[in-house]
This record gives sequence, structure tokens and C-alpha cells, in this order.
Amino acid sequence: MHPAYSVIIFSTLSGAGYGLLALGALAGAAHGPASSFAFGALVMAIGLGLITAGLLASTFHLGHPERAWRAVSQWRSSWLSREGVTALATYVPALVFGWLWLDPQSSPIAIRIAGLALAAMCALTVICTAMIYASLATIRQWRHPIVVPVYLVMALATGAAILLAIAVPFGRGAVVLGVIAIMALLAAMALKLWYWRAIDREPRVLSIAMATGLSEPVRQWEPAHTARNFVMREMGYRVGRRHARRLRRLVLALFGLAGLLALPALLAGSGVAASLAAAGSAAAALTGALIERWLFFAEAEHVSSLYYGAVGA
Amino acid sequence: MTSLPDSSAPGQVKLGLVIDLDTCVGCQACAVACKEWNTQGYHAPLTDQDPYGADPVGVWLNRVHAYETGEGAAARTVHFPRSCLHCEDAACVTVCPTGASYKRQSDGIVLVNPDTCIGCKLCSWACPYGAREYDYGEGVMKKCTLCIDRIYNQHLEAEDRQPACVRACPTGARHFGDLGDRDSAVSRLVSERGGYDLLPELGYRPVNKYLPLRQRDGAPPTAAAAGDLQPLGDGDGSLLDSFFAWVDRALGA
Repeated sequence: MHPAYSVIIFSTLSGAGYGLLALGALAGAAHGPASSFAFGALVMAIGLGLITAGLLASTFHLGHPERAWRAVSQWRSSWLSREGVTALATYVPALVFGWLWLDPQSSPIAIRIAGLALAAMCALTVICTAMIYASLATIRQWRHPIVVPVYLVMALATGAAILLAIAVPFGRGAVVLGVIAIMALLAAMALKLWYWRAIDREPRVLSIAMATGLSEPVRQWEPAHTARNFVMREMGYRVGRRHARRLRRLVLALFGLAGLLALPALLAGSGVAASLAAAGSAAAALTGALIERWLFFAEAEHVSSLYYGAVGA
Repeated sequence: MTSLPDSSAPGQVKLGLVIDLDTCVGCQACAVACKEWNTQGYHAPLTDQDPYGADPVGVWLNRVHAYETGEGAAARTVHFPRSCLHCEDAACVTVCPTGASYKRQSDGIVLVNPDTCIGCKLCSWACPYGAREYDYGEGVMKKCTLCIDRIYNQHLEAEDRQPACVRACPTGARHFGDLGDRDSAVSRLVSERGGYDLLPELGYRPVNKYLPLRQRDGAPPTAAAAGDLQPLGDGDGSLLDSFFAWVDRALGA
């Protein structure tokens, strides 16, 4: 499948944004008002900034971005529409929570209610994003049941690494956040390993004989057209698939590096060195997530490629 | 709303095509007629990019592939036209976030509204048959309309009120009609010839049907199992042919 660059940037950035906001919301739900205005404001600004940048990026691959508003209308059947609705709706609890959390006078109960609502909406939005892919019967590697958990854990891991990078310079909760970040990164690595093994082992059950209803063996004798059409460009895209093994190792290495760079925060709690390491951890986690998302597309094999000579799907 | 019509409702019209793989000769006339009609009709224009350059691309709503099937004496070349199958469970419709992709209640035709399509391409991802093609020039998705601007067009002669591909086919390999009506000519054709669905295991329940290859006279498909070709003949048995056959044998292997 052809990776729409804007979709990769969108799902990575907004995923990290939702992870960051959800963790900030849970921190608020547990501890009441933000420990300092600057810390709380930074978490909210970066979280909302990532989400907003991602949502804007997602419209760049549209043929008609000016009609994007229409996409919220079909939530009864379309996961893409549901994602649009939940993404926009999340701004409401996010702004309410941010307003309450940044005010030291706010009641902890109100913050808790708003925080839990925000965390739930963040999770719901990421689930909708994942379901866009997981609901397609045409792509074996996307239809997989691990896809939704992978999207959730990737959002949590990248969000946790960013939250740690914000918290360490303030010397706030670095130990707890360091533990959360490392656990989430390890969980992301484990889930991705599980996912890759699963899609590698799953047999390709569909063949060109099944796609055409002709008796075996079926071989492409003459292509339907001499130049590549949309179906071949979009569904037949495979740049990066050849390097899948290396890229998978790179994703794991970057996530491992992100985990290691979270350790100084865990041990020192604050300081310049720990702050720089935590920033590096966030950068490594985001880079790993971008490559992981690229692979998610490049390794996806679409059934329609069978008509163009694919061995199986 | 991107909901699908109830296909089990009595009297539900299901317009579609029946394509005879035994008769199709792969002349591409249907594909060309489709492009020609639809670039000036409902979906106008069907744009091409770099048409005379090194990497041309353009929207075609009908593609004719060619495959080899079987082995030995049963080996055949099959021309395989591929276009929208107007599925009863059309995921391309339900995934559409804007409602631009829809299936008509009245006749089951799946269409794209070019005025509300945002060009997100998700419908093409949901289609296992590769039937939808994105128009890079117009920024919207294009697909077979069953020539909706022909089949109901009172300005055309009665015999022209069928899809351009069906009208253009020189061998009568394409048939158009109501597959929801069990007594229609196309439905009878499907039951007589054993018409089948493409990829039924995916559950899209296509309306279009494909008619399989007929058994060939004289050459039982059992020869395929042996993988042997019939020995080449010695000609028509005339004196001259027999002479050359003798010379051929006399000259050895």
C-alpha cells in the first residue's frame, strides 16, 4: 500500500499527542491541579499542538481538502468518519481539563472528571484511527487483531517519552514517568515483534486462481495496460518492503534507545544531563514510530494486486 | 447516509453485468468504449496525466487482463475484463466518510458523487477487485456507473440503452440486465452456464457474474492431468502432405 506521507505524519504526531494528553489527564485525575502553570501549560500546548498539526496534515493527501468537513457526517458506518468526530470532540474535554488543571483553585473532583473524560476520548480516537485499517478485509496485514492494541501502545509510548522530556527539566515526577515510559516502550516493542511474527507466519490464502475463478495454474499472460495505473501505484506499492527486516530492527533499536535514554531521568530525577537524555528519548521514540508506520503501509499486501501478478494475498 | 439497500427485499432490482470468459477475445473494445463514453458523460472528464510521456497514467473504469490457465492440452488463454461488480455488501460505500460513495436503492448501482467526494481514496482500499480508480486530475474517485446516463436515456434508441461496453462488444461476451429478477435473460444465462462470483470468500456478494470456460470439443480436459500435448498432425492426409510427412520421417529425428 502506498503510504500517504501526510497520513503517516498525522497518525504518528496525533498518536503521540493523544498519548501525551491522556497521560497528563490521568496525572491530573490522580494529583489534582498541575504542579506549576508552566509545566501544565507546556503539556497542554504540546499535546494539542501535536494533535492539531496531525489533523491538519491529514487533510493534505485529500483531493479536495476544502470538503474535509463533510467527513464527520457518516459516523454510523465509516471508521474514518468516526475518527473525525472523536478527534474534534476530544477538543472539548481537552480544553475543559486544561482550564481546570492550570488553575490551582480548581476542585480535584472536577479535574478528575474532566481528566478521565479526556483520557477516554484520547483512547477512543486512537482506536478509531486503528479501526480504519483493521476493518479492511482487503489487506491481511491490517485486518489483524493486534493492530488496534499496537496503535494504542504506540500512542502511549511516544506520548510517555514526550511527557518525560517535558517533566524532567521541571524535576517533576520523573521517576514515575520514567517507569511508565520504559514500560510503554517495552510493551510497544513486544507487541510489534508479536505482530511481525504473526503476519510472517500467516499463509497467503488468496491466489490469482481464486480471484479470477479460473482453474490452476493461473499466470498473467499479458498485462491489461502497458503503463502503471492507480491500482498498481496505490495498492501495489512496495518501496521499503525489501528492507523490511532491517527497518524492523531499526524500529526496535530506536525504541530500545528511547528506553535507555529514559533511564537517567529515572535515576537522577532532574538536571541538565537527564533533561537532554529525556529529550533524546522522545526524539528516538518518535523517529521509531514514523518508521514503524511506514512499514505498516509498505508491508501491506492488497488483494487487488493479485490481478496484476502478485503471488498471493 | 452510507447505508446499503436491503438486498433481500422482494423485487429489489440489481442491475449488473454478466461477462462470458469463454467468448471474450480480449479486443479491448469495451474498455475503449467505456473510456470514450464516460470521459464525456456522468464522470466527465476521465483525466490522463502525461499521456504521451514516459510514465502515462489515466482513469479507465474497465480493464481487460489476459491470463493463462490450466496445463497441457487443457491450457487456455483467457481474457478477463474487470470493472466494478456493484456488490451487495459494498464496503467501498460503508467506509466512505462523506456519503459521496453510495449504492442506489432503486437499481443497486454503486456511484460516487463527484461534488462531495473528498478524494481520501479509502473506498479504493476497501475494494478487493481494484475497480475504483482515483482521478489525479479531478481529485475525486471514479468508477463504473453501469452507464447510468445511457441505460435510462430516453434520447437514445432502445438498443443503445445499455452500457457502452456491452454495446461495443463484438462477440456478445457482455450481457446487461437485472440480476435480482430470477427470470431475466441474464439470470437465466447465469444459471444455465454456472455463472460465478469473484472472491466469494471475502463476502462482498458481487452482483456481476462471470461465465466459466466451456468444455472444448474433442479434447477432454483429462489430457491436462497428463500434461501432454496432442502430437502434431501430419496435415490433412492429402498425397502431398503424406509425401512431406514421409520425407520428414525419412530424414530422422
